[in-house]
Order: sequence, then C-alpha cells, then structure tokens
Amino acid sequence: MPPPVVDVRDLRTHIVTRWGTVKAVDGVSFALAEGETLGLVGESGSGKSMTCLSLVRLVPRPAARILGGQVMLDGDDLLARSEREMQAIRGRQIAMILQDPMSSLNPVFSIGMQMREPVALYHRLRGRALTARAAELLAAVRIPSPRERLCAFPHQLSGGMRQRVVGAMAIAAPPRLLIADEPTTSLDLTIQSQYLGLLRELQRQHRFALIFVTHNLGIVARMCDRVAVMYAGRIVEMGPVRRLFTRPAHPYTRALLDSIPRLGARRERLTAIEGQPPDLSRLPAGCAFAPRCPSVMERCRVEAPPETVVEAGHVTRCWLETPTSGGAPA
Amino acid sequence: MSALLEVEGLTKHFQVRRGLLGRATGLVRAVDSVSFTIDVGATLGVVGESGCGKTTTSKLVLGLERPTAGTIRFGGENVLTLGRTGLRRYRRAVQAVFQDPYASLDPRMRVGTIIAEPLVINERMDATARRRRVHELLDLVSLPARAADLYPHEFSGGQRQRVAIARALALSPRLVVLDEPVSALDVSIRAQILNLLRDLQARLGVSYLFIAHDLAAVAHMSHAIAVMYLGQIVERGPADAVALEPRHPYTQALFAAALPIDFDSPREEITLAGEVPSPLNPPSGCRFHPRCPHAMPRCATEEPVFRPAAGRLVACHLY
Repeated sequence: MPPPVVDVRDLRTHIVTRWGTVKAVDGVSFALAEGETLGLVGESGSGKSMTCLSLVRLVPRPAARILGGQVMLDGDDLLARSEREMQAIRGRQIAMILQDPMSSLNPVFSIGMQMREPVALYHRLRGRALTARAAELLAAVRIPSPRERLCAFPHQLSGGMRQRVVGAMAIAAPPRLLIADEPTTSLDLTIQSQYLGLLRELQRQHRFALIFVTHNLGIVARMCDRVAVMYAGRIVEMGPVRRLFTRPAHPYTRALLDSIPRLGARRERLTAIEGQPPDLSRLPAGCAFAPRCPSVMERCRVEAPPETVVEAGHVTRCWLETPTSGGAPA
Repeated sequence: MSALLEVEGLTKHFQVRRGLLGRATGLVRAVDSVSFTIDVGATLGVVGESGCGKTTTSKLVLGLERPTAGTIRFGGENVLTLGRTGLRRYRRAVQAVFQDPYASLDPRMRVGTIIAEPLVINERMDATARRRRVHELLDLVSLPARAADLYPHEFSGGQRQRVAIARALALSPRLVVLDEPVSALDVSIRAQILNLLRDLQARLGVSYLFIAHDLAAVAHMSHAIAVMYLGQIVERGPADAVALEPRHPYTQALFAAALPIDFDSPREEITLAGEVPSPLNPPSGCRFHPRCPHAMPRCATEEPVFRPAAGRLVACHLY
C-alpha cells in the first residue's frame, strides 16, 4: 500500500464554553492515500467541520483548542509547525471548498483579482502569464469564456459558477489534500450533479486526497471510496462505502440508513431514530449514542466502547461488535 | 376521492422596475399557466429547482399573492371572488408550515401562546377551552403538555417544527402547505417529522401541498407529484409513475441527480449541461430545450402541449 497523504491520529479538539467543555473532536483517527476520497458524515454538531478545521489549524480560538494528536501530511506533523509555516501550507498543500461560495469570495474584488493572488504566490507568475494561468484554471473548471469572467464580480455569477471559481482557486497549487465541506448543499440538484462530476474529474487529474463532508448519503455513495460516520465528536464507524452501506455494524449507521426515504421502496412509515441529537456539553457516560440506541445494553451506559475491527479496513465503536462482550440487549 | 383544491391556468407575473421613476423594464413569469388538483386527504408534491415557481405557487394558494390570471377553487368555491368573510373562512382552512422553525416561531412568546394565537384571533373561546385545545394539539404532535410554558429556544429543531405543525393545525385546516418542512432539520430527525405528518394526515384527513427539493422524501410523502421548470409544470401524475418512470427529460434528469444510496438500483447518470435560464427571458418554444438531451428543431419554436402519456400528463414533443 502506498504511504498515506494524510494520517490523522487521535486528534482531540475541545471548546471551552460557559456551560462546560465541549469535546468537539474526541480522539479521531483516519488515513487517506493519494487519489482517495473519504466521506465524513454525521449530523450538525457531530464534529465533522471541527475535524476539518483542526486539520488546517483554523479552529476558532481562543474558545477552541487542539489538545492532542497528530496530523501527518506526507509524514510531516502539522500540529508541530509554526503559524508562519502553516500559512504556507494552507491553500498550497491543503485546500478547502466551503458550503457557501459567497462567503469564500470577496464581493468587492473581481474574480481575476482573487484568482491571481494564489496563482502568483504558488507559481511566481506575473503579468500576462499570470492572467493566462488564471484563465486556464477557470477553463479547467469548465467556466465558459474564462477570460471575460476574470473581469466579473462574484455577484454577477450564479451560485454554481461561484462554487466553480472557488474550485479553480482550490486546485491552483494543486494541493495534496482537498477538504470539501458540504460544497454542493447550496446548489440546485442538476447543478450539484455537474459539480460532483467536475470534482471527480479534477481528482483524477491531480491525484489529491479528498475529504468530503456531507450529510447526504447519496452523495457519499456516488463520490467516496470510504466513509467515516461521526457521532458526538467520535468516528463511530469507518470502512469502504459499499460495505458500510450494505452491512453497517454500528446501530447509528444502520438507523441512519433506515431512516432515509428511498425511491421505489415505498413504505408506510420510515424507521425514525428516536430522541434528539446529544447535547455535547452534557454527554452521557459511556457510549454517546446509548440513549437513542435500539440495542442498548447495561454496559453501554457506563463504559465507552473501544475501536473494534469488524473486518480488514472496517472499524466500529460498539460493544455489540467487541469480541469479549456478547450478552443479550437489555 | 373528491377534489379539495382545483387550480386552473394559475399565472403570476412580476413587473421588474428600474430607476427613480420605476419604469417597467421586464416581466418575470414566475408562474405561468399552472393547473393541478389536490384531493381530500391527499398530498401533492411539488418539485423543481430554485426559481421554478414552487414558492410563488404556494403563496398564491395561501392567498398571500394575487394571481395575474387563472382560478383557484377550494371545495368548489372560487377563492378569487370571495368577499371578506369568505376569504377569512378560506384562510382558516388553509394553513402553512415553513422551512425554518427558528425563524417562524416568535422567540419572545411561550409555545402555548404561539399555538393559541390562531385561536385567539379566529375563535370565540374562553381561556380554559383554549388551554385544553393547546394541550390537545401538543399531544397530537407528541409534545408533553408542559411544553406550553416553555420558549422556542428551549427546544431542538425537530421539536420546534412540531410546534409549528401544532400551530398550523390549531384551526383544523383542510389543507396545509408544507414548504420544505424538513430541509432545516438534522438527518436523524427528518424521519420523525415525515412520519408525524403522515400520521396526522391519516388521523385528520387533511390534505398537503408538499414542496421540497428532496425528491425521495417527496416521492415517499405524496400521492401525486408535479414537476416545475421555469414557472411551468412539465410533468404531473401519480407519485410512483412520475418518480419511478419519469417521462419528461427534465424529470428524468432530476430524479437521476437525486443520488440513490442503493448501489444495485440500475440508474443511468444524466448530467444536464448549463444552468436554469433567467425567468426574465425564458427560452422560446419549450423552455427546457437549451438543456434537453433530446431536443429537436421544433422544440425551439413550438411550445409543447400538456397531454396524457403513460398514466400522467407531460408537456414534451417526444410524447
């Protein structure tokens, strides 16, 4: 197996609030190879976005702090880097595409001005060559008449076009790792479909590792090689997409898959997950999913389950899968 | 089943005004000659991308906008010619639940007051009867009676949406417009609310106009589906027919883009080129022709008629 591009080990990011400490990222580990895509799914507050921000060390300080772990990028621990060194890594080695393109683009500068900045920085280009490279990048994300678009301002473009511009900037370096945090949530369905196709094509060209954050399991099925399901700051299950979707090991993953209406499978009722998402500042002892879990046991309420290997490459955190436990559901 | 709401040729155009004098410079055909019916106790799902006129259609049905042309009949009665008392009666019978329960509930009112407000305005009820009705409604949406004394911020998104549903049901409406009722909620909560809405329909016999962009959810909830594109309905028929065997090229692309999570369902990938054109200047002929993979010369010149094909109505020259 080739060495991983990114190797995250036991990452912990906590947020201190007036109501207590929130363990937003609580011991997250995963690795990604070149050209591989990892889907990060979970509901709001499960720690998906905070994990991504921790990778580039952009957690909202001072409230949030990265307390421990390692983020290895090509064998180099980013958490040990100085802030100055991080600035050179962000954008160039790790790029990000966020949900709302309007908040990633500056409304008062033309697309050209904003495109030229990273390109000049990464490739030391100036003048005409710089403009030509910027236009090339816009063409690479299939923006029609790219040279004219360089003079346009963000508000003159549609949502899909804006997100393409953000994509063009993200691949300017090109990066080793691309983090896409809900990049298509604000786009229309048919435009979303175009954008996902584009992202896959760019990945084939540039071979970057891709972390795709979403709550849409259909997108995961189409885009990702592997998927990590997060709940209350932890990865509760991770494995190859097909395996996880057809034979989920964790009750939360199973419940999530069951609760989604599917085309064709017309049922009278959906299998709903009972209860509410957990309050992160008041997590129960033991497994965080225990209060909502249909197969909860005595032990789940006292002790947090360790990571267990279900099959090579497929891990979960659930007492049901821990070899020593067994026992009937309470 | 008998029809509750019959909409015929519904049209809404907005003038675009420019400059100090407000000269009319253009016309947005937000909704253009749309027709549909909703049966008693049934759900019509409306799908389409942003700007297709779904929300304008719902506003016209709710009486929040006056149509440029067309008729709306409710229980056989023409809504647009109703007098003051008639309109008051109509507005009681047609209620709405919106997307964002964080925006649709007043943060300074207690939940009990929020739910009771329509009763205060419309019913002559004494305080005890009102309190009893509020508790009844809370029970209907599976919230505890003590919820009445709490404020919206003390609830999660899913619970807030339950409050919004309880308020919509306070006056025992016959039609509820659901405009993206689960889009703002967490994935694990959506099924709870969709189940609740279905249970309420079975219990109360209420009809729904269900607007959403989650196609699988619409297909799950609806008896009939209408697909809109640039202000027009391009396909309308029984939910299963439209969702599983879509005929209009746009419907086909839309449902292909809905990304099923089942790996083994044989689905072709159709990716549409281009974007939705501006409704200010819609394409000639069939409005979908510039993006249509099956476009023929006549599509650019001749507007297709809505005609029956394979158990539904389609506006496309292919059929």
